[in-house]
Amino acid sequence: MTTREEIIKKLAPKEFNKLGVIWVSLLCIVSLAGIIAYIDQIIRGLEVTNLRDYAIWGVYISNFVFFVATSFVGAFTASILRLSQKKWRTPLVRIAEMVAVSAIAMAGVAIILDMGRPDRIHYLFIYPRLQSPIAWDIIIITIYLAFSIMLLYIPNIPDFAILKKHHQDKPFLSKVYGFLAINWSGSANQIKIHQKTIKVIAVTMIPLALILQSVDAWLFSTTYRIGWDSTNLGPYFIAGAFVAGTGALITAVYMVRKFNNLEEFITEKHFDKLGRLLVFACLVYLYFNMNEYLVPAFKSTQGEVEHLMALFFGDYSLMFWFSVGGGLILPSILLMFRKMRKPFPMFIIAILVVVTSWWKRYIIVSPALLHPFMPIQGVPEEWNHYFPSLHEWLITGGTLALSMLIITIFVRFIPVVPIQRTIDEMGITETENDKN
Amino acid sequence: MENNKTEKETDRRKFLKLGLLSSVSVVAGTSLVSNLASVDEKLQSEKIRLLTPEGKIVEVDATNINKYPEAHITPTESRKGIPNRKFVMVIDLAKCNNARSCVESCQKAHQLDYHDEFMKILLIQNNEEDAPYWFPKPCFHCDEPPCVTVCPTGATFKRDDNIVLVDNNRCIGCKFCITSCPYSARIFNWGHKAKFDNKDIPYSPETGIPGTEGTVMKCDFCPDLLRQGELPHCAKACPMGVIYFGDKNEDIVTNGIETLRFSKLIKDRVGYRHLEHLGTKPNVYYLPAVNRDFPLERGLDKDEEILERYKNVPFIEEFIKSSKI
Repeated sequence: MTTREEIIKKLAPKEFNKLGVIWVSLLCIVSLAGIIAYIDQIIRGLEVTNLRDYAIWGVYISNFVFFVATSFVGAFTASILRLSQKKWRTPLVRIAEMVAVSAIAMAGVAIILDMGRPDRIHYLFIYPRLQSPIAWDIIIITIYLAFSIMLLYIPNIPDFAILKKHHQDKPFLSKVYGFLAINWSGSANQIKIHQKTIKVIAVTMIPLALILQSVDAWLFSTTYRIGWDSTNLGPYFIAGAFVAGTGALITAVYMVRKFNNLEEFITEKHFDKLGRLLVFACLVYLYFNMNEYLVPAFKSTQGEVEHLMALFFGDYSLMFWFSVGGGLILPSILLMFRKMRKPFPMFIIAILVVVTSWWKRYIIVSPALLHPFMPIQGVPEEWNHYFPSLHEWLITGGTLALSMLIITIFVRFIPVVPIQRTIDEMGITETENDKN
Repeated sequence: MENNKTEKETDRRKFLKLGLLSSVSVVAGTSLVSNLASVDEKLQSEKIRLLTPEGKIVEVDATNINKYPEAHITPTESRKGIPNRKFVMVIDLAKCNNARSCVESCQKAHQLDYHDEFMKILLIQNNEEDAPYWFPKPCFHCDEPPCVTVCPTGATFKRDDNIVLVDNNRCIGCKFCITSCPYSARIFNWGHKAKFDNKDIPYSPETGIPGTEGTVMKCDFCPDLLRQGELPHCAKACPMGVIYFGDKNEDIVTNGIETLRFSKLIKDRVGYRHLEHLGTKPNVYYLPAVNRDFPLERGLDKDEEILERYKNVPFIEEFIKSSKI
């Protein structure tokens, strides 16, 4: 049997190897390019984007929606799987929370990128107007971020105490872990409070996550725009978040497992479970997509026809079929086969799902703005279309790189598989074995 | 400290001046709109003839009326609106021949660039059989304005006199109001322009100048002119008298040529509001384009660019084809 010390050694965060250093440098470069592009945007204004008076919102907003959607995974794995008492979640919860914290933090950043006057952001608090869906969004994102951070931090306290001891040869690191461990001794009383706290936070996360996705949907569905003006949009966004989040989780789990050699703890069984979960998510989302596209297509009101034609056969058809066919239908078929639920095929499928989820948000946000009630007349031809400019791509790429950088830093310093819990769970099996 | 004091004093003085002037306007009764038609006359004679809501013509001393200050209206003051007014616009589609004077005079007055149009002339063709018609479209200054509802900072607001304004000192540039406006009435200042630096005139939401980078702007019904008893720029400029402007409280509208009773005009000519079913309750009414004064083609008798503008309208597609062959 493995000893406690061995497990700690295996699960304690490791320094970057060569590949890790290359990965981090790459992310830093892309993030830096994004930051430079954003500074230029601040100096020259939103003019540097391809947004114009009709295509008012573009890739910044769709990227924001993507981040919000991805953050759903934290609540899902940590809370819903917890309530359904799925034991297999243990080695995955931490990674899910890391993805969630980085996604929701970047969502907060992403929405600022679209503002014409980011220097006036404090006006939201000086002159607040609670009836605006933007106000709801700011409130819920802040709360969700706070809860996500708590859900990442608090369950980690025992592990921080372990790491404090483990890193005694590095006084500074040990001191930081010690600070984060807030005098955890593992006494019965502490464990009781600890468990209770986690439970309360985890349960609260569920309504918060549902509200977050719904408010995000309401940013669009509270307007009169064809393509957004839908009562289906709230659940549609929740289902979409389920897909995007699960896809992101599988991608992250695969990479972390590979680079930290965690095959012993994150097994093929876990991938099998995640694969089943992803099929379920894709099918649910597919159902809401049918509601969103086929019901209006059946009625074919004038405005809907224009909008749907652009999606099905027009400017956006490539992205549309790529996201629906490649991102929902294909994964749900492939993942029904056991062979496809092995780690590597799953990784490829999950990347496909994440990329198409991103494009999916793009075709939710952009096309609806180009078909207003009033015809677009007397403006330059290019205002009738929208595709992001170089600045927009660099900045968006920067946010994506930054989010991955955040996850990477978490992985570097926080044990991805909970140490204490793994020991406890193994301990239980040990004693059971002893009894037998 | 001293500076503060003088500022306060001027404020108070301004306040007193306003108070005095608004009481004058009460004495002058409901003069604001009634004498819109006789702006030029006012300059020439001491006495002015006015049409009262009862339909009587009265003569009033010119010095007594309509001396709303040309004074600067601060962003705070601009939130109140002109007392006892409910401004309303009626656009007679039967008279419009796409002269574009409204667009041009509006752009000049608001210092707008070529593609920035507060007033836009659309060519609407409801179906392929239908005759297309010119459709001048300002901001509708809705009674249930979606733009105001979604604004997170109150940068855009609805006043008591029906006008919806934007305070570009308050706008954070989230553009939510633009997405929520079903009439595409709002435009955005995407970048910096040299004209924004012109600080000769202090900024007022009532004039919208100077503009500010990264903020929203739109048609404002020209409250600065209304305070002086004049019609908005578009209504003043229209050579065909298409645009009637007035006060619902007084039940009077005028295009500068004739003054009509608003309620009767709407009833007689079956006036309607665009996209009524959305429930936004616009304050711009349209008189249907029937028994038109001009053939539609009159409006196409311009430079190439006009055809380019409307090239997606079926009628124009046909027109271009037939004229080229």
